[in-house]
Amino acid sequence: MLGYALRRLLGVVPTFLLIVAAAFFLMRAAPGGPFDAEQTLPPEIAANLQAAYGLDQPVLAQFGRYLAGLARGDLGPSFRMKDFTVAELISRGLPVTLTIGAAALTLAVLLGVPLGMLAALRRNGWVDHAVMSVALAGIAVPGFVVAPVLALVFGIRLGWLPVAGWESGSVRHMVLPVITLALPFVAYVARLTRGSLLEVLQSGYIRTARAKGLDARVVLGRHALKPTLLPVISFLGPAAAALLTGSLVVEQVFGLPGVGRYFVQGAINRDYTLVMGMVIFYAALILLLNLVVDLLYGWLDPRIRHE
Amino acid sequence: MTAAPLLSIRDLSVDFVTPRGRVQAVREASLDVAAGECLAVVGESGSGKSQLFLACLGLLAARGTTRGSACFRGQELLGASPAALNTVRGTRIAMVFQDPMNALTPHLSIGRQLGEVLLDRGLASPQQAHERSLAALQGVGLADAEARLRQYPHELSGGQRQRVAIAMALMTRPELLIADEPTTALDVTVQAQVLQVLRRARRDGLAMVLITHDLGVVAGIADRVAIMYAGRIVEIAPVRELFAAPAHPYAAALLEAVPRLSEASVGRLRSIEGQPPAPGEIVQGCAFAPRCPDVTAICRREAPALRPGATRAVACHVPRIRPEPDS
Amino acid sequence: MSEGGLWSEAARRLRTNRAAVVAGGVLVLLVLASLLAPLASRHAIDQVDWTLSPLASPPSLANGHWFGTDSNGRDLFVRVWSGTQVSLLVAVLATLVSLAIGVAWGATAGYLGGRVDDWMMRFVDVLYALPYMFFVIILTVVFGRSLWLIFLAIGAVGWLTMARIVRGQAMALRQREFVAAAITLGLPAHRIIARHIVPNVLGTVVVYATLTVPQVILFESFLSFLGLGVQEPLTSLGRLVAEGALEMETAPWQLLVPSAVLALLLLCLNFLGDGLRDALDPRTD
Repeated sequence: MLGYALRRLLGVVPTFLLIVAAAFFLMRAAPGGPFDAEQTLPPEIAANLQAAYGLDQPVLAQFGRYLAGLARGDLGPSFRMKDFTVAELISRGLPVTLTIGAAALTLAVLLGVPLGMLAALRRNGWVDHAVMSVALAGIAVPGFVVAPVLALVFGIRLGWLPVAGWESGSVRHMVLPVITLALPFVAYVARLTRGSLLEVLQSGYIRTARAKGLDARVVLGRHALKPTLLPVISFLGPAAAALLTGSLVVEQVFGLPGVGRYFVQGAINRDYTLVMGMVIFYAALILLLNLVVDLLYGWLDPRIRHE
Repeated sequence: MTAAPLLSIRDLSVDFVTPRGRVQAVREASLDVAAGECLAVVGESGSGKSQLFLACLGLLAARGTTRGSACFRGQELLGASPAALNTVRGTRIAMVFQDPMNALTPHLSIGRQLGEVLLDRGLASPQQAHERSLAALQGVGLADAEARLRQYPHELSGGQRQRVAIAMALMTRPELLIADEPTTALDVTVQAQVLQVLRRARRDGLAMVLITHDLGVVAGIADRVAIMYAGRIVEIAPVRELFAAPAHPYAAALLEAVPRLSEASVGRLRSIEGQPPAPGEIVQGCAFAPRCPDVTAICRREAPALRPGATRAVACHVPRIRPEPDS
Repeated sequence: MSEGGLWSEAARRLRTNRAAVVAGGVLVLLVLASLLAPLASRHAIDQVDWTLSPLASPPSLANGHWFGTDSNGRDLFVRVWSGTQVSLLVAVLATLVSLAIGVAWGATAGYLGGRVDDWMMRFVDVLYALPYMFFVIILTVVFGRSLWLIFLAIGAVGWLTMARIVRGQAMALRQREFVAAAITLGLPAHRIIARHIVPNVLGTVVVYATLTVPQVILFESFLSFLGLGVQEPLTSLGRLVAEGALEMETAPWQLLVPSAVLALLLLCLNFLGDGLRDALDPRTD
């Protein structure tokens, strides 16, 4: 298992370096960006940039400095907000984003897997059609449509839940954002689970288990469940990436002070360093999540471990 | 008068509903399996031989429906509830399947899969289950049984997995073992080993249904043979009698097609011209008529019924040997 | 099975899928509405109706504003259907871009095989794993918000899946006799790819293009919603939803109408696309 983990880790490094390099050189090419010689910058920003990037040094040396900075967790100063570094902004917003994201992912699995299994077991019945249609709707309708509508119905018209804002530790403020964020993932997980279970149930080993006279619940729980979950687990990697994207909308609409909101504001304000730094951060996060998923996969399927 | 049969199948039909219409996989099949005997069921792919026994055990794929009766020691199996079937499946009737590579659950250890038949039903304590699993593995000739119990299916070869499957089937000392082409997916040397295992199992009085398309296997192990064609049983006879003098033209053609090493000159390999009917095809009269060398007018009009005799039964209007009437 | 048989079989399966057929019908209606409504209406998309007070008024048949007006007094009916037009236009054009890139990439990788294929597809895998959204946002920050950039960026979203599928097909085609014949005739690789591989993958490509369109619409709406997409004087459904969200307490119709149209459009495309994919490649049922 350890060998497998190490190999996976080594595979991730080149991809990450590629992303960092792409971000770095893209930023340098940006017209109107921090490295545009024609820019006249306010003195504080110019001073920050000089200190951070060592602009008088050759390009590769600057890149090296940037990498070294990354290793220390330093992503550079914000281009627009002169009192903050990118790293500071990320650490402010991260807890909010992670909480919402983790809650949404958990909800997606806890709700999606049973729904998908139910649909598979009652295949072609009305339950199946109902679940699958609702699931397709959940995937098709985008978050930025669902979010305001939910806020309108539950926040304004019914007044049950707060429309926007965030209070640390307040569950009420989490409900609508988490539901909005989770909706397409519940749908994906349900569809995935259904397809996976249907396929697993056709397997030779399930037929063997039935021929052994094992109780139907045992066949399902002990023999079918783990193989069924494998594609769902695989999905969690890309799902996490998509969750981060979704959080951009959710944080915007519900006014949550998360990383996504800072990112979008940064994009609108053309805060180059912020945007770059955050992309690198996001990329690192996603690569890490994919790695965790890979490891989980290896733990679940003994065949992969022994490779 | 022989004792009551262990398994008694009467007029069993299996239909599948497909987008292109109904497909009849098995048409009114009837046969008996006596306690302790080995019945081979021979037929080409698509002859319905597997579906027949899958139906008995309630293991058909979702779109299959059955008609008729399959009685095991007086208990009707067709249409029985899963709970009722589970009192028979695995304990009194066991089944082994064709493809050993996919027959075992990949994420459970061998020991776990062997033990659960006993442990789930409270038939043994964990200690006893462990011992019986060891004994079962040794009984099928697997060396290093203790280590095997901890291994996972993917660590074993095809032949080893098939032997584990057989051991698993025999754990509860069933009365009947149905083996669906147990050696087809294995190479010849491994085939011989698996057949040896099956032969040994019979010594304790185990009755067996051996489904196969290989007549050579039949000769080595079976007492009686049932031959199936296009979903129907066309002949049932003791092995020696069939090999000496087949009654049904199809059976005769099958035997002729087997190349014999003893023949002095090897001429062309004899095969049966034509194809069996496609799965959904509606057949008028005898299904073998288009390919039959002895075909007559009545063959094309009327499907022959299985006529039982003293020792054998034939479904043919013009059998080469008329079965003696049952006295 | 002959090529003709494969398609008619798929068409039959599609017809029996009621959801897909209904979705197809509604989709046609939506497209027609988006094309005809702006022509038929007497209002222009940025024309302010000063006769209303307040400027933002709810839907009413009486004053001729069937969908109501936005907070600047502009007729929402015309704006919504114009926005739909823009969304559809961007979607179709961007899909063509992703088609072009994807087919070229996939056909080349699949046909050439070996290490070239390895590297080309590994590139696709890496891109697949990353959140595309973020890179597009960087691009808009760095290079500004031109419409062409948006086409390219959005088109770049769909080409990955297309490349994968085309590559699979190309690999299968490579084994066929007519390719071997072309090779022995001495045709260079790019000719073979262009003349023999590409025409034969077009069938599958069309189906997956239909699935790419809703993805692209979603992407464009998302960007517009964030304020990074289509700019004034053009409008798109995403922008309208964003504008509506700001006014939802006092003028809920501004949110609900474009949301409904966008949701309906995406639902139809997805149901139809799903049906098409099932028809062409049914899982054993």
